[in-house]
Amino acid sequence: MSSPMSTPGGKRGRPSNPSTLLPSEVDMSSPLMYGTPSSRVDGTPRSGARGTPARQRPDLGSVRKSKQVDLQSEPSAADGAAAAEQPAGQRLVIWGTDVNVATCKEKFQRFLQRFIDPSSKEDENSCLDLNEPLYMQKLEEISIVGDPVLNINCGHVSSFDAELYRQLVCYPQEVIPTFDMAVNELFFERFPDSILEHQIQVRPYNALKTRNMRSLNPEDIDQLITISGMVIRTSQLIPEMQEAFFQCAVCAFSARVEVDRGRIAEPAVCRNCNTTHSLALIHNRSMFSDKQMVKIQESPEDMPAGQTPHTTVVYAHNDLVDKVQPGDRINITGIYRAVPMRVNPRQSNVKSVYKTHIDVIHFRKTDEKRLHGQDDENEQRLFTEARVQTLRELAAKPDVYDRLSSALAPSIYEHEDIKKGILLQLFGGTRKDFSQTGRGNFRAEVNILLCGDPGTSKSQLLQYVFNLVPRGQYTSGKGSSAVGLTAYIMKDPETRQTVLQTGALVLSDNGICCIDEFDKMSDSTRSVLHEVMEQQTLSIAKAGIICQLNARTSILAAANPVESQWNPKKTTIENIQLPHTLLSRFDLIFLMLDPQDEAYDRKLAHHLVSLYYQSEEQLEEENLDMAVLKDFIAYARSYIQPKLSEEAGQALIEAYVEMRKVGSGRGMVSAYPRQLESLIRLAEAHAKVRFSDKVETIDVEEAKRLHREALKQSATDPRTGFVDISILTTGMSATARKRKEEITAALKKMLQSRTKTPVMKFQQLFDDLRGQSETAITKDQFEEALKALCDEDYLTISGKTIRLAT
Amino acid sequence: MPSTNDWINNPLGVVEEMFGKIQVETLPHDSYNTVPSLNDVPLHYLKPNSLVKFRCLIQDMFDPEFYMGAYDTVDPSTKAKVLRCGKYKDVTECGVDLDSANMVTSERQTFYCVPIPGESPWVKEISSCARVVPSTSYVPSRQKRSYEDDDEDDMDTQPQAQGTPAAAEAQGNGDSKRQETEAPSGQKASSPPLDLNFPLPGEKGPACLVKVYADWDSFKLNDTMEVYGILSVSPALSALSDQSDTSSSLILDPAECMETAEELRVHSPPASLVPRLHLIHTQRLAHNNPLLPPAALEDTLASTLGEMVSVRAELLAYFTQLLLGDVLAAEYLLLHLISNVYARRDVIPLGKFTLNLSGCPATAGPAYTEQLYCALQQLVPSAYRLSMTLQNMNQLRLVPRKDYVANRLLSGALQLAANTSLYLDETQLEQGQLDPAGVRNITALGNVISWQKVDYDFNYHQMEFPSNINVLIASEGRSLLPSDCHVHLQPQVTPPNMEAYLGSALTAQSSSQLNKFRLYLTMARTLDYSISEEVTKAVEDDFVDMRKDDPQSISADDLHSLLGVARLLCLSLGQSALSTDAWSRAKHIETLRKSRSEPQGCLNGNEP
Repeated sequence: MSSPMSTPGGKRGRPSNPSTLLPSEVDMSSPLMYGTPSSRVDGTPRSGARGTPARQRPDLGSVRKSKQVDLQSEPSAADGAAAAEQPAGQRLVIWGTDVNVATCKEKFQRFLQRFIDPSSKEDENSCLDLNEPLYMQKLEEISIVGDPVLNINCGHVSSFDAELYRQLVCYPQEVIPTFDMAVNELFFERFPDSILEHQIQVRPYNALKTRNMRSLNPEDIDQLITISGMVIRTSQLIPEMQEAFFQCAVCAFSARVEVDRGRIAEPAVCRNCNTTHSLALIHNRSMFSDKQMVKIQESPEDMPAGQTPHTTVVYAHNDLVDKVQPGDRINITGIYRAVPMRVNPRQSNVKSVYKTHIDVIHFRKTDEKRLHGQDDENEQRLFTEARVQTLRELAAKPDVYDRLSSALAPSIYEHEDIKKGILLQLFGGTRKDFSQTGRGNFRAEVNILLCGDPGTSKSQLLQYVFNLVPRGQYTSGKGSSAVGLTAYIMKDPETRQTVLQTGALVLSDNGICCIDEFDKMSDSTRSVLHEVMEQQTLSIAKAGIICQLNARTSILAAANPVESQWNPKKTTIENIQLPHTLLSRFDLIFLMLDPQDEAYDRKLAHHLVSLYYQSEEQLEEENLDMAVLKDFIAYARSYIQPKLSEEAGQALIEAYVEMRKVGSGRGMVSAYPRQLESLIRLAEAHAKVRFSDKVETIDVEEAKRLHREALKQSATDPRTGFVDISILTTGMSATARKRKEEITAALKKMLQSRTKTPVMKFQQLFDDLRGQSETAITKDQFEEALKALCDEDYLTISGKTIRLAT
Repeated sequence: MPSTNDWINNPLGVVEEMFGKIQVETLPHDSYNTVPSLNDVPLHYLKPNSLVKFRCLIQDMFDPEFYMGAYDTVDPSTKAKVLRCGKYKDVTECGVDLDSANMVTSERQTFYCVPIPGESPWVKEISSCARVVPSTSYVPSRQKRSYEDDDEDDMDTQPQAQGTPAAAEAQGNGDSKRQETEAPSGQKASSPPLDLNFPLPGEKGPACLVKVYADWDSFKLNDTMEVYGILSVSPALSALSDQSDTSSSLILDPAECMETAEELRVHSPPASLVPRLHLIHTQRLAHNNPLLPPAALEDTLASTLGEMVSVRAELLAYFTQLLLGDVLAAEYLLLHLISNVYARRDVIPLGKFTLNLSGCPATAGPAYTEQLYCALQQLVPSAYRLSMTLQNMNQLRLVPRKDYVANRLLSGALQLAANTSLYLDETQLEQGQLDPAGVRNITALGNVISWQKVDYDFNYHQMEFPSNINVLIASEGRSLLPSDCHVHLQPQVTPPNMEAYLGSALTAQSSSQLNKFRLYLTMARTLDYSISEEVTKAVEDDFVDMRKDDPQSISADDLHSLLGVARLLCLSLGQSALSTDAWSRAKHIETLRKSRSEPQGCLNGNEP
């Protein structure tokens, strides 16, 4: 302990050595105590701060008294840079570090005064002038608002002065109080008249030291770290004694004792009257600070497969208490601590294990921005330069679209167009906000419905998509209720608070909600989808909570035909029995049918057999890695926002007009504005695949092609073979509607001809009508006709008897 | 070079000796069998700080912990400093110099391990028999402990009944044992029993906290392994024992108040109940069949491969008898038992073969399905019978759930080791209502069957863990759960007394015969498999032809299952490549099976 280490720069053994946390035997009263940077050593206000009280910083472990060491006392000290800048007498460093208080202060003040970040994208800086020194503007803000906290982005410090940044990360406990001093001097110099609750505290954040909880290791002890995680538990508020107040029972002399490493040394003798054991602790005159234990857990995205998440204990102090709630995703910046555990205070052997925790300095919620409707993906996903390069190279390839679509669920054979459709769904359109002109948001998400025979791997496709997207949900129509999809109100058993538990649709906000067995869903459950699929919101009014939640989710649904096998003689609506109001909200409806042709069968067989014996490596060579695909999609979603070009707009208009024309020739309408919107979304998504900022004609072409393919499959009138969009929008093809009218008219005519019998049997009437008509009439058609007449109040139906209305 | 004996009795001494000289601690290879096992030797017969092994499953992973890897101790009288190694120890030596510059902080990881869930009695029996006579140095070194579990007493009696060499040992130490069993009975009532968090209800055996010093990222939850480590049972480790101490002391240590009582209880349980094991060597277990030791795999493989066909025939005959003379069902049961998820293609697990055995005679009550399970349990290394009663479905915890208060993963019945046989007895299901928990349980079972995954519940999110569980569903009609293959039982014989009939079938098998079967099933599962170009072509042609005649007859899904059946059929015959014979045989039995289930479907539909 006699020779303090102070080799400046380079790697030093100290950070990995927790012994520095432990008592040191250096005499506190030694002259080395000169100029302790801790601003609260004596608890009195500093002169520069003009009476503004200093506030303790338990987050920095205020109990530790740092001391400075004169570098010159060491013969080996040869810090050239420091020596050149400093007069010899001031070459002091804080014991155990290479931090010189004066230099550090000066550097930091220079940083505050000069740092400019013109390319800043942080939203908190949005109202500041980017060409002026950033932090001076923030100080000005402090003088106006009066909130004495200055958040410093460590990235800025690092780009301004790498050495200062290194010191900050390695010795936060010493450097941050120095920063505090520096900023207060600067502040009160500039705004001498401002009144603050206490002195300004510097809160650095975004230290790039560590991103992941799993990578914390003994080397990080006592360093400034930033990790991300999810809050899983918060404790009650713990009052922690900072300074004990003792009073002598004999002479009422008072003494203050600061807490030192969690202990209070009770004075045994009164200094005034020399009575022993006369001092008693006065609780309400002692000083306490707030403290809260927060437990955070690794975010699920950061975890390797097959392992359980790690947790870390975090202590929040003073005004950071109660800043976070369980379930919040946060980034925390703090100092990593390790404390040895004693088995028993009276025993000398200690448990060889340390308890670790983080003293938090700064919280930043990562999911906060989602409330404001912004994507936080660019915040969370950091792509390395190399990764971006590979992605861009891939995007530049002419066949990127085909490559990606074949990389999607490679184990599922063929169905190229369906995969392409899903690929475009994964990318989504561009989000457009017209709320300022009063037209609200336009949906950017693409909804897809797959229907078809059982056993055509629809579920597999859904599972694949669910596993691919970061915020995906998978539910089955059979097992989900309206409540499970939307949100429900629950009483928390512990806190007795009412909490809103969100369901699958809300959870998949900005993701994809996969709904299997869509047809098995009850009508009431399905009805909640109407709002979600067009307005992208979810309104809840229950248990006194009325709110509207964002549910900007794409829906990928799979439905089976009602009669177990797809009946090609029937329309989509008849086959899956879904309300057409819902169907029209799907951009693409695909049929997954068995193609039943020999070449296809052969290829399918080959594909399946190879699935069973090819090794993993072989397959990986052939296909794009799932991780690449994931990154590609994430990158495109967050960085590419294509806009319609002039030609593309023209092409879209043409396509739309053409679509309407096709139908009008036969007295049918084959396109509605909703289809135009779908086309725009698909074209935008296709532009995203190319990493293009502009939607061009080729995008429109592909959107048109895909849309037509889907239409051809799902909206073809089985009676005429023409594409007829009215099947989806009204649930009936135009020919069927015409036929229905004919039958109704025939029935009416027949009834009018025999007015003498106002009551007749159902079956008899049906037989009569069939006998009269030259074309076959099904029972369904007959019933429909009856119903139509019933609606006209021409007759009434009661059970099996039909009565003419008089 | 330290001898085997040194390693077993004084491993810490060996480590201390090696400390500073060589970095790698190597265990002599021949010593594996002589190491006493925590699975079958009661804890109090094991010497603290001796080398033991433990066959286990990683149930939970705790947070990494930092410990003093190396430190100086100061002798209070002489002031002499000695550098010590902190590895493989929980408690430091006396007189640690906390300010020494030589102090090295290292990191280690703790896993909570439990014995392999559902391990069949015969596995335990054989592995404890295979154990070498423990050396005479086994003396119960701890006379009395604060907490004692019944389980260990049960285990004491077991070797005695078997008449193993350990029995004599145990009897010799009878005195001390009596002392121990008497003492705790009073205390048991006072402190609530600690939940050792076994995945399956009614499980017994020690749980263990395994401290891992290197390469912990390679371990995964639910891995099965045999760990060799230094046993540490220092009473100082128990959180509960010194609770009174800490409250009386004036210490205001921030570290003390950061954990709840539950968390302390779970993470530092009494060492007498949950010993600590400092890992020295791990052996991953591909299976836990003691008849097929991993070292001897190659030899056994070569010698038994030829016999496989004949053993298969015998086993088939045995199954036919069990399944009341139904040869087809017997064949499918055999294929089911050797199935194994060998790969995953994006989300699809390949190789799973869930069998739904419907038409189990219900008139005989639960007796038939129960006895069938007993017979299977005698053949597979680990199995669990889940009786799907309404009560069980609504109340059992199938899916593991994270308990944030105690900071641990509460286990569930679906946290099973790879290749465990899960026997779902649906004949027990009666009419009634499933509550939300019941629905979740059914969904979880469905997920296991279709995707071989279990979504663990982490409250704020779910996490997917892949599983590899052989699910066999015994039901009356077609099961409500999905399955890869549904066989309706067609009994050829109707014995008047089912119980007696099955009982005699069970007892008729000699133990050597059973061992042959056990070996066969494990062997067949480990074989490699491939399909040659030629056969691929033949299969393709076949598929196209079949589709040509009648496109409805075979779909892509059917081909999937046909390929699966063909693969298992080959493996069951000891062949590692698909032959055309096996392919046509697979087609044949699939046709038979389908022709059986179709009329059955109509029958079910007509039932009210």
